[in-house]
Amino acid sequence: MLTETIETVPIRSSEDIVRVRQKVRFHADAMGMSLIDQTKIITAASEIARNTFEYGGGGELLLEILRDGARRGLRLTFSDEGPGIADIEQAMRDHFTTGGGLGLGLGGAKRLVNEFDIKSQPGEGTRISLIRWK
Amino acid sequence: MDKIPILKVGKCLLVTIQIDMHDRLAMALQDDLTNAIVSTKSKGVLIDVSALEIVDSFIGRMLSNIASASRVLDAVTIVVGMRPHVAITLVELGVQLSGIRTARNVDKGLETINRLIEQSESTDADGDD
Ligand SMILES: Nc1ncnc2c1ncn2[C@@H]1O[C@H](COP(=O)(O)OP(=O)(O)O)[C@@H](O)[C@H]1O
Ligand SMILES: [Mg+2]
Repeated sequence: MLTETIETVPIRSSEDIVRVRQKVRFHADAMGMSLIDQTKIITAASEIARNTFEYGGGGELLLEILRDGARRGLRLTFSDEGPGIADIEQAMRDHFTTGGGLGLGLGGAKRLVNEFDIKSQPGEGTRISLIRWK
Repeated sequence: MDKIPILKVGKCLLVTIQIDMHDRLAMALQDDLTNAIVSTKSKGVLIDVSALEIVDSFIGRMLSNIASASRVLDAVTIVVGMRPHVAITLVELGVQLSGIRTARNVDKGLETINRLIEQSESTDADGDD
């Protein structure tokens, strides 16, 4: 599998979350993703970017294009050095929130992409990667 | 832009969201709209989301909050023009806009809102007799 790094986007404010949506849209569109696939990955990115900002204390997004034979995909990796998540299974559950949200960001984002990977350790931050294949 | 404009149209308030709002802007709109229902004595709120390319859980929650607040203030909220791919994605995300009335476009939304206002005014009048 070939990986091409496109860019990193800082996530330090709620304006940056808008910028994340715009960058993801731009690259998903440039790859020729359908409107519905674009909408799904942008929505998932918006959820995870907000978590990176609100719970992770800020961080960044790494945008990559994957090539696997004829298949192309967009990989979004969000990382922060915040408090981390002690119980990932609980955090992934629909409607679980510690911040008064709807508790649908993690579970919902997972449903909207083809591959979802989360690594988190208390005290060491959180890294979540999303892949949507074209 | 640091505010989303709220227009008074007859007995209703009309909001057309034309930009990708950041979260603080969305919260400000929720507050402004709730205050405007009271200060303008409006009976209905139309929120045109046809320009929105995504609605995530934050904006979904804002729409629900506005609908609930307006209900308490005796006004009806109708969300109009949500695009199909946005609606499908919102459902898959798990956000339920179950308490929210929707319409295909602003004209249809205004029609519905005016009908609902007339109905509630006539039942109010019946109640007084
Ligand atoms: N990057 C992160 N760092 C620390 N905790 C997180 C992070 N992302 C998510 N969480 C935890 O997981 C919970 C669930 O997240 P989510 O599903 O997005 O729902 P919500 O944002 O509505 O709370 C959050 O309330 C928070 O406790
Ligand atoms: Mg969240």
